[in-house]
Amino acid sequence: MKGGGEVGLLWAGNARAVEIDAVPRVPAAELADRCAELCASGGRLSALLVLPEAGASRTGARDLLAVIADDQRARLALARTEVRAGQSYTALSARLPQAQAFEREIFETTGLVPAGHPWLKPLRRHADLERLAGHLSTGPAHPFFQVDGHGIHEVAVGPVHAGIIEPGHFRFQCHGETVIHLEIQLGYQHRGAAELFLRSSAGRRLAIAESIAGDTAVAHGLAHCMAVEALADVEVTLGAQAARGIALELERLANHTGDLGALCSDVGYLPGASWFGRLRGDLLNLLLAWSGNRFGRGLVRPGGVRFGLAPAERSQLRDRLRRIERDLRETAELMLGTSSVVARFERTGTVTRQVAEDLGLVGPVARASGCDRDVRRDHPHGIYRFAHIPVATAETGDVMARVLVRWLEIQRSIAFVQEQLVEMEEDVGVRGLSPLLPRRVAIALVEGWRGEIAHVAVTAADGEIHGYSFVDPSFHNWFGLAIAMRENQISDFPLCNKSFNLSYAGHDL
Amino acid sequence: MSPPLALALHAALLAGLPPLMLGVIARTKAWAAGRRGPPLLQPYHDLARLLRKGAVYSRTTTAIFAAGPIVSLAALLTAGLLTPLATNHAPLGFMGDIVAFGCLLALARFMTMAAALDTGSSFEGLGASREATFSALTEPTLFLILAVLCLPAGSPSFEGAWNAVSWTAPGLARAPLLAAAAALFLVLLAENSRIPVDDPTTHLELTMIHEVMVLDHSGPDFAFILHAAALKLFLFGGLLIHAVLPFPGDPWAGLAILLAGQLALAVLVGTVESVMARLRLVQVPQFLIGGFAVAVVGLVAHFYRIGR
Repeated sequence: MKGGGEVGLLWAGNARAVEIDAVPRVPAAELADRCAELCASGGRLSALLVLPEAGASRTGARDLLAVIADDQRARLALARTEVRAGQSYTALSARLPQAQAFEREIFETTGLVPAGHPWLKPLRRHADLERLAGHLSTGPAHPFFQVDGHGIHEVAVGPVHAGIIEPGHFRFQCHGETVIHLEIQLGYQHRGAAELFLRSSAGRRLAIAESIAGDTAVAHGLAHCMAVEALADVEVTLGAQAARGIALELERLANHTGDLGALCSDVGYLPGASWFGRLRGDLLNLLLAWSGNRFGRGLVRPGGVRFGLAPAERSQLRDRLRRIERDLRETAELMLGTSSVVARFERTGTVTRQVAEDLGLVGPVARASGCDRDVRRDHPHGIYRFAHIPVATAETGDVMARVLVRWLEIQRSIAFVQEQLVEMEEDVGVRGLSPLLPRRVAIALVEGWRGEIAHVAVTAADGEIHGYSFVDPSFHNWFGLAIAMRENQISDFPLCNKSFNLSYAGHDL
Repeated sequence: MSPPLALALHAALLAGLPPLMLGVIARTKAWAAGRRGPPLLQPYHDLARLLRKGAVYSRTTTAIFAAGPIVSLAALLTAGLLTPLATNHAPLGFMGDIVAFGCLLALARFMTMAAALDTGSSFEGLGASREATFSALTEPTLFLILAVLCLPAGSPSFEGAWNAVSWTAPGLARAPLLAAAAALFLVLLAENSRIPVDDPTTHLELTMIHEVMVLDHSGPDFAFILHAAALKLFLFGGLLIHAVLPFPGDPWAGLAILLAGQLALAVLVGTVESVMARLRLVQVPQFLIGGFAVAVVGLVAHFYRIGR
């Protein structure tokens, strides 16, 4: 990112609270320009949200806050613009495709209209369609992008599926078996998590954060704790930092292993499906033995972690993990050595590096396309400031690359956990939280197993959190799946989908 | 054995044995995956359960949809009566029955596809289109295989062919038979929606071939479909066993050979499904053309008298 031209921005860091009033206000067009420039030179849009109305401010005006991550310099750029209720502003999406879902979200929740958005329609709230109809660029009907021509046909899948999976609607425009365009319509899991979160007591908020995506309980819980601790200006003990790292990596291990099994199952490769499936259970059981919950719910809490690890427990965990690693290696070598499996993975669902960067993809999906980005290294916090995990990337951007990145990350996470189990300090005591600082904004980034999780917390003048935004990695990556399917076989969609393995609940909130 | 008794035995085999094949395949796969797996007789329980249920018909469907499963099953049962099982003799065998066999299989397929198209669902249309494409490649292979099997006897009937290919026959060329049997195994996998062509256990409707065509059928109709699918596997298995194993005249010894052969075949299919992934759909034609090439090798071997 260029050094000059940084007027109109406030630089912050991961899990550092900054004063809201210090975030510069710029005209909407300038905000759009500035975001586009930052993203053109290596930045990513991590969050885009509307700040809550400040009690004393002029009525009807809202602030739109953009958070751009500068991965090379471990810093976050903040800028805001003022938009009057019911009015339009210059859409970021016009030049910055990765803003498209954020602006649709803002449009349907606040009624602020992003002028120049290329495909403005509700993101989650289909019931609100009529209320918003006047502003839709595409007319009042729930429009799907359509392709016309000889031999073109449309296939609609979901939201009710044949398997036990979450609901989502997929609209394929096909020529024979070849997909020309895929549009993904989500929102069927919308639970009103953001509104519920703000209504709830501080104690319940952790439980809600952990439920944003049930398979990412540790990472979302951790992001919430980091945001709250930043606002309270508290740092947890070194032992607790290590424990949080171990929990986060165990979650990654269980989910990556489960993904490899599911990928085998989708190509009909029985040994991989069965054995990875069993090993995922074994990994979840490590979290169970430690925290009493297979998904690590309630383990991470503001100020520390609930359970430490006694030396005997640690050596037992190390032994179990060693056995799991041995079996994982055998199964992975079997899978990668089976030509019929590799033939299915290679050259399926390719995402080029350019597309991954334009869409702001995150996590293993982005790394598989050659984007060298990982919050653990780029915006380190907690234990990751002291213990480094090498970032795994691949170049080809296909299903095979996403498999290889997951397998590399499994090996590196195991090494990290083994090392931390030896070296971690005993003291994981929970530190009490002081009252939160008033009129601050804190951004917490965590590299969950799917990718970057961003929690943005905003406090009012009385120190209460009155604005909060969670961004699950799925929110960035769903559009990548749609693009990955172009020119692919429709019969390869389930495989491609599984290689992304995105959360519906995490997107729909 | 008297003709009525032979007919009764033949019909009992067609009605009773095919679901066992599916049970054995499922158990083989479970064993390979380190699981216990469903009971061996689970397919029979499934059939009994479906037969007790009512059927649901979409308002967009017509009589074609309702006729599909029963006509397919009837066609396959008739094909079964043309196929020798425990002996070299089939109850309805006649000169040219191999052609009738192929046509009855085609009729069953046509009705399944017509019923699928009748639902108006885009999935089922996709499935029918795939079935049509792939069957256009398997049917010539099947006829070529039948030709290779019938050439030694010079008789276009199963009975003539099986009488002539008995391994003890002096001066019989083995290479054409082996090539035909290998091609028949590939056709068996393709025709019965097994891995590597199709995945019978998948729930992913976009990837299916056969399963997606029958998604809308329920109750007794679906029971007919299940039995017809098992029966088709059983008939192909019968052909394969007759091509590679000699059958003595005694029906009870023949029955033992048939049973052992079918079980071994089910284990073999289960093993294939346990060690490899499905092919990408666009590569299935290559697999099928490979099967055709193997059958051509059998034909060439016959005319050049290789392996005598």
